[in-house]
Amino acid sequence: MPFHYLDDLTVADVAFEARGTTLEELFTTAWDATLQVMIENPISLARVESRSIALEEPSLDLLLHNFLQELIYYKDAEGLLLRIEICRIQWVEGGSKSAKLEARAVGQTIDPKVHRLGTDVKAVTFYHFDLARESQGWRATVVLDV
Amino acid sequence: MAPAGCIRINENLWEIPRTYKRDMRVPVRIYASKQLLDSMDPAVFEQATNVATLPGIVGYSYCMPDGHSGYGFPIGGTAAFDVKTGIISPGGIGFDINCGMRLVATSLIWEEVQPQLQRLVDRLFARIPAGVGGKGFLKLSQSEFRTLSEKGMKWCLKNGYAVQEDLERTEENGCIGEADASKVSEKAVERGYKQIGTLGSGNHYLEIQVAKPENILDQKLAAAFGIDRPNQVVVMFHCGSRGFGHQIATDYLQGFLRVTQTKYGIPVRDRQLACAPFGSEEGQDYFKAMNCAINMSFVNRQVILHRIREVFSEVFGKDPLDLGLHQIYDVTHNTAKVERHTYEGIKRTLLVHRKGATRALAPGMKGIPAEYREAGQPVIIGGSMETGSYLLAGVQSGQQSFFTTAHGSGRTMGRRQAKKQFRGQDLEKRLRDRGIYIRSVSYAGLAEEAGAAYKDIDQVVQATAAAGLSRPVVKLVPVGNVKG
Repeated sequence: MPFHYLDDLTVADVAFEARGTTLEELFTTAWDATLQVMIENPISLARVESRSIALEEPSLDLLLHNFLQELIYYKDAEGLLLRIEICRIQWVEGGSKSAKLEARAVGQTIDPKVHRLGTDVKAVTFYHFDLARESQGWRATVVLDV
Repeated sequence: MAPAGCIRINENLWEIPRTYKRDMRVPVRIYASKQLLDSMDPAVFEQATNVATLPGIVGYSYCMPDGHSGYGFPIGGTAAFDVKTGIISPGGIGFDINCGMRLVATSLIWEEVQPQLQRLVDRLFARIPAGVGGKGFLKLSQSEFRTLSEKGMKWCLKNGYAVQEDLERTEENGCIGEADASKVSEKAVERGYKQIGTLGSGNHYLEIQVAKPENILDQKLAAAFGIDRPNQVVVMFHCGSRGFGHQIATDYLQGFLRVTQTKYGIPVRDRQLACAPFGSEEGQDYFKAMNCAINMSFVNRQVILHRIREVFSEVFGKDPLDLGLHQIYDVTHNTAKVERHTYEGIKRTLLVHRKGATRALAPGMKGIPAEYREAGQPVIIGGSMETGSYLLAGVQSGQQSFFTTAHGSGRTMGRRQAKKQFRGQDLEKRLRDRGIYIRSVSYAGLAEEAGAAYKDIDQVVQATAAAGLSRPVVKLVPVGNVKG
């Protein structure tokens, strides 16, 4: 499993650690972990609606934070639960330029009759929020407010 | 387990001295029995001591008896900041701005409600959206929603969703001042404007409860608050400002991260404690936006009350007023409010952050509804769906914590652990066997809220009473529950 939930970081909320060999994989996995808090069977999400996401942030960790927030926004604003289909990240290590992301997310309107719903995610906190490179790729630690 | 160096001040009060961290400006004070203190996870102490390092903090960084780890502040965390030298921090309020509790009396007794309980809960479940993605019945334009966020429950009164008494029996009369919707992002409005009248999920719920005669702990105060007959049925619910508040907190937290250290030179030990001087442009903008979320949340709970009145009327075939559906009180437990307090003999204007903590004004104080003035401010402490909840009242000795008390029973078990240990379906059956009828959108969410995942609420309330933070009035036991 490219992500696992952490039991010792928070009592009231939900924490997870996600990994990816590439940044794109890490970001996609981090959203999968977030999505699975809200819906137990994300596979049941039909590919009905599509949304494009374009972000630019001064750092990689802020890019991840806003990427997750953007997808949470669609859940409230449009009632959509989305899965990542395409994700592209531009970032140069040690470079002075900002980090950029372009993604396409597909999914459908929440339907309690079809979807086994879990707990609503309110926000991505900065508590223990971390994105780091490791020998096999990338790792992120995230605490969600639920 | 509390850190080494934590001193016992008295039976229900502990102190972590300033020397615990080199940059602490004040000590930490934790209200708890020994057993409650031992049940707190280590992050509580880490977070409460981080709060003690923030500029302008006055007195102590407090933690209430239901304290457990949060982010930034612990849940149960309270800190007052001087308005001239202190800061404002979204991490001291929480993403769910004005998450709060509302308690509503009925003139019905359990024997009258029992035959209709299942229908009543089913209708409440059908009429009050809950869970992930729940949308409310109000069809508002974004512009009207912005107006509502400035007017609070006055908007409800004008539009037929409230009676004057509801406003009078709500903290801040359901409308906090200095709310400026121009400080709120489009995104926050888009996340929230269709969510009025929805419960949300997690630990948010709506409960039918009974005040059994043996659970009336202060007859006089109970009667003053409208609980005056054996086995009286009441309705309690818990929810907040939904996506609107969550987005406002996110927007400003990200903004504060850009200025806390670079512009204002404030070092923070946790990025979730990003802050700005209260008097700064950034601090004031957040304060005004946060106040919009406070107002939206009051409206959310008011519209839910409107629906509750409709459902009771439909089920019992009477006018809501003939059913005695009078609001007892509405308290908020995630806010930062400007208040006047006497500290060390001097009157001071302070910004009191309460994150999972409830204001509890003493008898006679300004800000209490006239009819409760002699009794003290009603305080609503919500417990788990298995164990019950409490109605309390503020007391004069609450001055020690800027008139603040607990807000709930406080978690001791993580959500993942609870889901491993309990099954929602089993819990539902167990509750039904005990006569508690429950409807939930999510069995997983239900398992997370099992009673055993929380501290013993009786112990929490006992500690708040023994510490002199508030006075227990009635314990309310659940008979029906709607969960997101």
